[in-house]
Amino acid sequence: MMLTPESLAQIDREVAKYPADQKRSAVMSALRIAQVEKGWLSSDTIKFVAEYLGIAPMAAHEVATFYNMYDRAPVGKYKITVCTNLPCALSGGVDAGEYLQKKLGIHFNETTADGKFTLKEGECMGACGYAPVLLVNNHTMCNHMTPDAIDRKLAELN
Amino acid sequence: MLEIEIDGTKLTVPNGTTVIEAARSIGTHIPHFCYHKKLSIAANCRMCLVQVEKAPKPLPACATPVNDGMKVYTHSDMAVKAQQGVMEFLLINHPLDCPICDQGGECQLQDIAVGYGGSSSRYEEEKRVVPNKDLGPLISTDMTRCIHCTRCVRFTEEVAGMQEIGMAGRGEHSEIMSFIGMTVDSEISGNVIDLCPVGALTSKPFRYTARTWELSRRKSVSPHDGLGANLVVQVKADRVMRVLPLENEAINECWIADRDRFAYEALNSEQRLTKPMVKQGGVWLETDWQTALEYVGNGLKSISRDYGADTVAVMATPHSTVEELFLLNKLSQALGAGSASVGGRYADERLAAAQQGAAWLGQPIADVAQSKAVLVVGSTLRKEQPLLAQRLRQGAKRGLKLAILNPADDELFSAIAAKLISRPDQMVEALAGVVKAAAELKQAAVPADVAAAEPCAAARGIAKVLVDATAAEGDRASVLLGNLAAHNPRAAELAVLANQLAAITGATVGWLSEAANTVGAQVLGLTSGNLLSKPRKAVLLFNNEVEFDSHDGQAALAAVKQAEMVVAFSAFKHGAVDYADVLLPITPFSETAGSFINMEGKLQTFNGVVKPLGDSRPGWKVLRVLGNLLASEGFDFDNAEAVRKAALPQGESGVAAKLSNTVNGVAVTLQAAATGLVRMGEVPIYQADALVRRAPSLQKTRDAAAPLAGLSPATAAQLGVAEGDTVKVQQGEAQGSYTATIMAGLADGVVRLAAAHPTTAQLGAMFGSIQLTRA
Ligand code: SF4
Ligand code: FES
Ligand code: FES
Repeated sequence: MMLTPESLAQIDREVAKYPADQKRSAVMSALRIAQVEKGWLSSDTIKFVAEYLGIAPMAAHEVATFYNMYDRAPVGKYKITVCTNLPCALSGGVDAGEYLQKKLGIHFNETTADGKFTLKEGECMGACGYAPVLLVNNHTMCNHMTPDAIDRKLAELN
Repeated sequence: MLEIEIDGTKLTVPNGTTVIEAARSIGTHIPHFCYHKKLSIAANCRMCLVQVEKAPKPLPACATPVNDGMKVYTHSDMAVKAQQGVMEFLLINHPLDCPICDQGGECQLQDIAVGYGGSSSRYEEEKRVVPNKDLGPLISTDMTRCIHCTRCVRFTEEVAGMQEIGMAGRGEHSEIMSFIGMTVDSEISGNVIDLCPVGALTSKPFRYTARTWELSRRKSVSPHDGLGANLVVQVKADRVMRVLPLENEAINECWIADRDRFAYEALNSEQRLTKPMVKQGGVWLETDWQTALEYVGNGLKSISRDYGADTVAVMATPHSTVEELFLLNKLSQALGAGSASVGGRYADERLAAAQQGAAWLGQPIADVAQSKAVLVVGSTLRKEQPLLAQRLRQGAKRGLKLAILNPADDELFSAIAAKLISRPDQMVEALAGVVKAAAELKQAAVPADVAAAEPCAAARGIAKVLVDATAAEGDRASVLLGNLAAHNPRAAELAVLANQLAAITGATVGWLSEAANTVGAQVLGLTSGNLLSKPRKAVLLFNNEVEFDSHDGQAALAAVKQAEMVVAFSAFKHGAVDYADVLLPITPFSETAGSFINMEGKLQTFNGVVKPLGDSRPGWKVLRVLGNLLASEGFDFDNAEAVRKAALPQGESGVAAKLSNTVNGVAVTLQAAATGLVRMGEVPIYQADALVRRAPSLQKTRDAAAPLAGLSPATAAQLGVAEGDTVKVQQGEAQGSYTATIMAGLADGVVRLAAAHPTTAQLGAMFGSIQLTRA
């Protein structure tokens, strides 16, 4: 069994939202649930999800590679995604990214040696008014991330 | 109907027509890449932009439905500017490596670039490079050339039924690929090569061997399955270089199966037999035709004289042409040996006697998918009939209800409305249950011989599908019998039941003909009996490799080995090197004129596309000379056409008169539930005929992998066998050891072990009893 019964139960709940012959509609949720459990989406995990939903592995692979919140390689315990799109960039988003790189001693798309932090560049999160913004592990949104706020956040995560 | 004006020409088109289709109907060409008439609309290449009156911007013709009164301009300034703009974008990341591209000269991108592209690019930045992918032994990739039209993706999903190719990533990082570590394994995968409008997907076996303009194109007909796909065979310097589909909507549409496309490799194989050969004192000697044929003639004469003519057996396979089979049969009869046989794989002697005509599809090929419901009895459908399976898949999407009665629940990539999985030796009882259930549903009389049947829930399900489908006036259903039914030792009973079921429900009975000329052989009066069931002194094998082309390879091999004289007419050196005394090199379909009658009774003729290789000669010519040598009357023919005239004096109408699926005089005897293990020995797709067996690229596909011994989970548990175990299999004297695999959809008590493969040819009957133990 590739996923825990808990994850499978969650996937089943998503599947139940769609007509029985359209299980593939649940592919995004299913991949998300699998990623939460596994930390990232290996080819084996994607294949398992596809087979669980009765769709072609390639159909799930397309989805997993299209959206950048799915991780196709292992990431650190905390994945920090900084928005560097234009509105954020004009309000300190780029600075936040640079500060994080310096502070963690890594570039974008790298993981700290202790495996704790991975740094990613993200696209607009629909929260331009609260720039600079970043996401922790895809699920926790952090606003107004000035260097101070970043320091506090990192300390909290550490 | 809607009125539309295209470039000033007025026309009316049905509702729902798109602008590109409307334009095509009056011969106006709109440049396009992603649009394909057999695929869904993607509208992602934007090459087909046209100007539409009152629309503020150009619209994609492939995705714009016609509105009443619409005015379209395909060549206006706005349209041309849009098309040129798209072309410029498409070429930005294209490598422009036409001089080393196999697609060069037949590339839509090249053609359209000539019409709409600039002579130089304004793009000076770096181009992107995309790594190539391993899609398997048939399709070669140059992914940097891809323009992301997704035709290949849509083909695998919509036509082949399983999305084996997809587009990963997005935007500038999009890449066409198969799933990590997987190849494209569909039996009709080669069509993506034709669909790809650029040189991203090309033929691997053909790669770098010729340029399109060096090739001459000749029409032909596929010699493999009973469909008779129409082919364009491309030839350079008297050598077949590749094979493409010739569009024929009524037969193969615009597709061909991979075996139609890639089997040509065998034509140029090292194993081709190019000189007549005679074995003397255990040593093979090359000789000339005269000596070889005289040797055969004298041998046959003395054997008939010494032992009687009925000690001679003449056996072909239904892959031979009408002309060859006609003369072979004539020769057999002239020798006094009775009819020649093409039925080596058949096991039920009652079937041939009971059939009232040539068994056929019962309807035109194009009509099959128009049925409301189709029951397929005993068939590895996708492997036996790749393109017919595709047609049924399209039908199923439109609401056709597909039901199966089969020993294995193989993936058909179609929705299955009802299924009944049954051991090969119990398919009669299973089908009898369906007949009885249908009669009860229809409140019709239950045929006496199925009165004792006990329909299970699945049988009732199938009956309901058929009965419901034919409830309305004019609605049609079909009951189709495949190879697993035809080769079944109780085939005649299955045929009787299929007819009863059809009579009750109003469905049409049809046979999915195994080979290109299965119908032709029957029309010409060849038998499907097993001539080797009694000992013979002389055996003539025409295109027949007994170890692969017989129901019981082991018995057949023993039978030919004890014969005094075995003559093998063959295009290849094959197993006969061990057991024959004479090898006569005849030509494959590409080097002879001939004809096949396909499963719908259509007579399709073709000419040789290249000269006979070496000293090989068309089969009909060899038989003509041999016929004359044996001093029989009526073997004087000047050409293949004259033979065909003699064989089928009334041509196709004469054929039609001989088609019938009626069977008489066979009683269905229901048997108690079977015990013990029974073999399901299907013929694998790439072992079915002499050509595919010798096509190296097809042999590298997953479908050509050595057979495994398949067991249902319950049976495996009973036998204490796990996935991957080595198992010992025994049939009579014969045995072999194989790797076991657990197959979820297989009937219990069945050992699924394909026949006709070098590793299984020494075993016994395809559907006989079998023993299996863990090694
Ligand atoms: S590989 Fe060919 S068919 Fe497939 S998307 Fe690219 S250009 Fe289109
Ligand atoms: S640009 Fe950063 S949230 Fe919108
Ligand atoms: S053909 Fe219309 S968008 Fe591609």
